[in-house]
Amino acid sequence: MTVLSSSRNAIKRRLQHAPLLRAFHVATPLAQGLEEVDNLLPVVETQQMNMFTAINDAMRLAMESDPTAVLFGEDVAFGGVFRCSVDLREKFGSDRVFNSPLCEQAIAGFAIGYASTGHTAIAEIQFADYIFPAFDQIVNEAAKFRYRSGNEFNCGKLTLRAPYGAVGHGGHYHSQSPEAYFAHTPGLKVVVPRNPLCAKGLLLASIRDPNPVIFLEPKALYRASVGEVPVGEYELKLSEAEILRRGTDVTVIGWGAQMRVLEEACKYAEDVGIQCELIDLQTIFPWDVDTIEHSVRKTGRLVISHEAPKSGGFAAEISSSIQERCFLSLEAPIQRVCGYDIPFPLAYESHYVPDALRNFEAIKKVVNY
Amino acid sequence: MFSAASISQCLTINRFRCRSRRLLSLGCFPGTEMPFVPNIVFRDPRNDDPIPCFRILDENGDFVKGAKDPQLSRDFCTRIYSQMIRLNTMDTILYDAQRQGRISFYLTSYGEEAISFGSASALRLGDVVFAQYREPGVLMWRGFTLQNFADQCFSNEDGHGKGRQMPVHYGSKALNHQTISSPLATQLPQAVGAAYAFKLTKEDRIAVCYCGEGAASEGDFHAALNFAATKDCPILFLVRNNGFAISTPTSEQFRGDGIASRGSGYGIPIMRVDGNDFLAVHEATRQARTFILKENRPVLIEAMSYRQGHHSTSDDSTQYRAVAEIKHWKETCDPINRTKRYLLQRGWLTEEQDRHMQDHERTNVLAALQQAESKKFPALDTMFEDVYDKKLPHLREQERAMLEHVSKYPDYYAVEH
Repeated sequence: MTVLSSSRNAIKRRLQHAPLLRAFHVATPLAQGLEEVDNLLPVVETQQMNMFTAINDAMRLAMESDPTAVLFGEDVAFGGVFRCSVDLREKFGSDRVFNSPLCEQAIAGFAIGYASTGHTAIAEIQFADYIFPAFDQIVNEAAKFRYRSGNEFNCGKLTLRAPYGAVGHGGHYHSQSPEAYFAHTPGLKVVVPRNPLCAKGLLLASIRDPNPVIFLEPKALYRASVGEVPVGEYELKLSEAEILRRGTDVTVIGWGAQMRVLEEACKYAEDVGIQCELIDLQTIFPWDVDTIEHSVRKTGRLVISHEAPKSGGFAAEISSSIQERCFLSLEAPIQRVCGYDIPFPLAYESHYVPDALRNFEAIKKVVNY
Repeated sequence: MFSAASISQCLTINRFRCRSRRLLSLGCFPGTEMPFVPNIVFRDPRNDDPIPCFRILDENGDFVKGAKDPQLSRDFCTRIYSQMIRLNTMDTILYDAQRQGRISFYLTSYGEEAISFGSASALRLGDVVFAQYREPGVLMWRGFTLQNFADQCFSNEDGHGKGRQMPVHYGSKALNHQTISSPLATQLPQAVGAAYAFKLTKEDRIAVCYCGEGAASEGDFHAALNFAATKDCPILFLVRNNGFAISTPTSEQFRGDGIASRGSGYGIPIMRVDGNDFLAVHEATRQARTFILKENRPVLIEAMSYRQGHHSTSDDSTQYRAVAEIKHWKETCDPINRTKRYLLQRGWLTEEQDRHMQDHERTNVLAALQQAESKKFPALDTMFEDVYDKKLPHLREQERAMLEHVSKYPDYYAVEH
């Protein structure tokens, strides 16, 4: 336990001296988070958490404050295959934290129906790769529930959580990043956190947002990302990007697990004298176009990076929108550093992912254009 | 025959058996308690007897042998009949309105009126209904007016849903009837989720979910029944088996004993009922509801019927079935005629009253249609509302662009009414 206001500088000093990788996981996001939280609360008690414990903490708080909230999915009762729901059944009972049969379309449909009664549904899809059987329920039903009924009915109290993204050895079906499919659907919100502090604040906001939210959790960071997280309630605003690093030469954006890759690329760039402005989009849809626009007007250059394949990926939407808004400010073509247009491979994962070096090259390219 | 008392009794015995087995569970495969046999047991469902169909009235409106009169009052039965006439009249007039190009689409309930009214009359208003689209009688029974129906079909400013969905996609929060959507069977797992909410809050109500036998082929049907059973949800699945899914006959839809037989595989109590017999549908629904609330378990009812009308106004069903077949069902097995014969025999209706009723409903439907047609479309700016709880910035921006564009070409985008 730490009291932030009194020891904030001490934490920062300690983190600055940490080895490079650890410094990213812990230091950079925390430094940002601290400022934000500090503004809200003069004294904040924190606790060290990794991403799964932060998610667990958020769900515990959501269920404590809302007696209608239930949590269900495949294997959540014993704590979940990623430990996100550990101890929650013991605390809230088997009526509120329960296993579902193995059927994603039913998990989504059941959650929609439960939420349609005005109660809070937190549903888990075991891997984002397996959300597609529920695509119809999510796209045709959840997203359009309010609109089609003229606001007589809604399923706004629905949150669908799913681990997403590369994990080193996940192959085709334990690695996918499906955010762009959902970002194409009016009525949904899509949120991706980058560290424990964001995960807790964004998940609490997602659960309480009066719209259906797809909450994608970077599974590679469940244990790897560790940081100080405020104890108790706080929410981070949806549809707000966060500037993690100020710079004047190029704007670099990403989300989720890609942020640690981009941080590394920005450090490489810094070594060759390029100052990157690094932004975490956080909410993929509806996204914070103003923050990106403002940054690109200043830097004149934009690099967007995501793990998902390039064609039809969300970078295309950002690139096109920013080109529309910042045409006269752009000094170079916008670069998209993405996964290739192939299924996610196993043996060559390291060649497939848009890693720090590929991003570093793109940053140099726009600067030298 | 379906009886809450006898089922409860069986359950008690079964539970006892399970418990005694569990003590010795190490000798069984997980989750099982079947005996071992030394010979091959190959069970072909074709050798099973078909699940019988419960009926109270025959085609002539007489009680069948051994049937118990559920003793519904004259007022109650007359009310059901008059609403059947109302729905039938509305169907005829709105179907013609579509043919004249006054509404874009319509879907009749011909031949399935007894399923709607027989079941709706056995439910409570608090029970939440999730329908497919051929059950407007349920909404009508609950108080949805002819004007409400017509306004929705004409997509006018008073219509449910702000003119956003196709005709017949009704809904009413006040009447606990969730808004209909086109994707088939999606409402089934949703109804289970709603039922689970009622169970947790210990409310004295159930979810009721209607679908056709075609929709029962969707994965969501499987999803819903299995979830309902494993989570012990207070829900009634009411499947309308009318012989056709658009052009597809049941022989191309499934090979088991209809839909009812599937319930057993999920551990769900089932029954099959004559869907052209309003008394049988009412009784089956009433007893199912009692059982569901008492046991906190789902029930599946398969109501047998025949889709007398075309699938919709976009379909000509004589392309795939004989006119003589349609005629046969209309003339001998029509649920409205059967109800009428029952009422006539009881002395609760005269031919004159019937004619009067028909004329009265015709006048009312025409008046509602005229009213609906004269109303404006919803305001243009409602188009961007309700996508989210608030009109978000990107939607406000797109709305501004749309209004600006439309104002440039006002004649081109003029709305008729």
